[in-house]
Amino acid sequence: MAGLHQSDFKNPVVRWIDTRLPVFTLLQKEYGTFPTPRNFNYLWNFGALAIVNLLIMIATGVFLSMNYTAHTAYAFDSVERIMRDVNYGWLLRYVHSNGASMFFIVVYIHIWRGLWYGSYKAPREILWMLGVVIFLLMMATAFMGYVLPWGQMSFWGATVITNLFSAFPLVGQHIVTWLWGGFSVDNPTLNRFFSLHYLLPFVIFGVVFLHIAALHITGSNNPLGIDPKGPQDTLPFHPYYTIKDSVGLIVYFIVFAVLVFFAPNYLGHPDNYIPANPLQTPEHIVPEWYFLPFYAILRAVPDKLGGVLLMFGSIAILFILPWLDTSGVRSMRFRPIARWFLLLWGLNFLLLMWAGGKPAEGIYVTIARLATVYYFLYFLVILPLLGRLERPLKLPESIAAPVLRGGGPVPAGAAAKPMEKA
Amino acid sequence: MLRFRNLLGALVLGAGALLSAAPARAAGEAVAIPDTRFSFDGIFGTFDRASLQRGFQVYKEVCSACHSMHLLSYRNLLEIGFTGDQARALAAQFQVMDGPNDQGEMFERPARLSDRFRRPFPNDQAARAANNGALPPDLSVIVKARPGGADYIHALLTGYSDPPEGFQLGQGMNYNKYFPGHQIAMPNVLNPGQVQFADGTEGSVENMAHDVSSFLAWAAEPELEQRRRMGVRIILFLVVIGGLTYAVKRKVWADVH
Ligand code: HEC
Ligand code: HEM
Repeated sequence: MAGLHQSDFKNPVVRWIDTRLPVFTLLQKEYGTFPTPRNFNYLWNFGALAIVNLLIMIATGVFLSMNYTAHTAYAFDSVERIMRDVNYGWLLRYVHSNGASMFFIVVYIHIWRGLWYGSYKAPREILWMLGVVIFLLMMATAFMGYVLPWGQMSFWGATVITNLFSAFPLVGQHIVTWLWGGFSVDNPTLNRFFSLHYLLPFVIFGVVFLHIAALHITGSNNPLGIDPKGPQDTLPFHPYYTIKDSVGLIVYFIVFAVLVFFAPNYLGHPDNYIPANPLQTPEHIVPEWYFLPFYAILRAVPDKLGGVLLMFGSIAILFILPWLDTSGVRSMRFRPIARWFLLLWGLNFLLLMWAGGKPAEGIYVTIARLATVYYFLYFLVILPLLGRLERPLKLPESIAAPVLRGGGPVPAGAAAKPMEKA
Repeated sequence: MLRFRNLLGALVLGAGALLSAAPARAAGEAVAIPDTRFSFDGIFGTFDRASLQRGFQVYKEVCSACHSMHLLSYRNLLEIGFTGDQARALAAQFQVMDGPNDQGEMFERPARLSDRFRRPFPNDQAARAANNGALPPDLSVIVKARPGGADYIHALLTGYSDPPEGFQLGQGMNYNKYFPGHQIAMPNVLNPGQVQFADGTEGSVENMAHDVSSFLAWAAEPELEQRRRMGVRIILFLVVIGGLTYAVKRKVWADVH
């Protein structure tokens, strides 16, 4: 439909722009008056936190790149030069490296929220799957970023992970050579990883946009997992959730600041301050903490190809989760049996994380194997069966009902009211 | 230092599991590294300038015979309290390669503030040849590159002794309690009275080890003091802003609950 947009804004400049390109109307609609369930808890902060985190990564990354040298002979020293000779370079670098950890903490909690409240179920399947795509892209980005400082763990981590592809029969070795751009991890590998590390965050940005577009079609889930039935069940996003997100954002900044200013290398590995040396293999090659659960699954399988397939499978399974969970009830609040199994799954995930950091021998392997079995068992057997066997608790009639007993007044501003001024 | 990190870890992540993500580097049975008290321990710790200057002296007179610190420049000495003249004089004690000159030849000249710390060997092969085949690592970031940090360096330097009964020591190797595997190619380089400190501090092995460990800690994290100072301010600011934000949130939500 062509023609000028009917703008409700009074400010002449805003109105002039808005009639031609209705971005202000869009913002107002999607973040101002957007009807949002009134009963969010603080777990609903983490999506907003993830976006802020992505922006922080891009901002610090762009400035790091101005002083970083993607060459095997200079990369390590150039990162240290950033730390020493660039104004506030240490801050940029520590925010970026700890930002990666914060990003995964935030996204893991965000995913957990989705699992607990059944946010992956109809009609939010595509929203959920886009999230899994973001998660995969994040992992690729973080993996390649970790290679850039060209320390011992950078080099050996890159070698181990790229070598995984050699497990595929016939084409495996060719894939690895192709990934490396040579016959070992070397300068061509570092160069392409830098290029991709710069590119992928913008791809993530694009997928995040789709993720949010899908969210604004289906609307948000909520702790009760039932759909809002009318205006008494929702609040306008602004100011209710802008202010609630701000509270969470500041707590997030405090945790972030504690890491950056007081323990900037706590989550890193000391070996990565040793320049990469292809002739000397570190005692234990361990990936960053956020990869450990998947690393544990990889090593739990005695067969290399099997391990690789299972590791990729552990993430791929998330794509079909909406169809594996056969229960019509979203929130675990009303699933008296399933919630214990999910809680166990969460602890099991932490157990895998722990096992992934241990040497692959003896009791650790046994633990990793059992934990791997439960990881898949939950998705493939327990969830499909429970949907049929479990008797969910009675769902409340509406979101407002349990809080206000029988509805309650519509809060001021709940009905879409245009902003007075932009 | 370790205790603080543990506490912090529990605080930040609550997931103790992550703690064990960094496996012990030691081959065989690991020896616990004794906790040394440094002025820069804890959240509010700062470097002791006098100790750093003595530590530099130990590095200059002992360690620099074998170890490079190529990420540092002589100008960085100004940051640990040397005056411009002092630092220039210290730098001038080292001969560095420069050139080519107008005749196309390389030449040696005394180092200036803008020069990087001189490397003792022209290349790694020369370093190995002079050290029984072992490569003395660059010490610029060694404190960040070893579990235990400065505590470990201190322990290493004071951990030499005769090997216990029945321990097979390799040719030209030395026994050290804290080095992973206990066989180290570096000899015991600190002997009592080896370094004469101008400020009257006794040149005991303990003092030299303590000061050089402090110096290496500073070299690895010269931003540490600025970082912590900024951190305290930012966190205080965030706590205040957080309180205000929470108050506003309560007010905004008052009509809903
Ligand atoms: C005679 C030469 C020489 C001198 C002098 C010397 N070192 Fe070393 N250092 C070595 C060698 C060789 C190694 C490698 C040891 C090995 O890998 O077995 C080494 C290794 C080290 C290491 C690394 C240990 C590890 O965990 O890998 C540290 C730290 C160190 N030296 C500190 C010092 C300090 C501090 C001084 C001055 C007080 C010093 N060194 C003086 C030769 C020397
Ligand atoms: C999804 C967002 C991103 C993630 C998860 C991420 C992750 C990482 C990680 C884990 C490292 C290694 C940190 C270290 O140990 O030093 C790193 C380094 C780096 N990243 Fe990123 N990054 C992201 C976005 C970006 C962007 C957008 C850029 C550039 C525009 C960038 C540029 C760099 C550079 C130059 C380095 C090397 C310097 C260094 O090691 O500190 N990053 N990144």
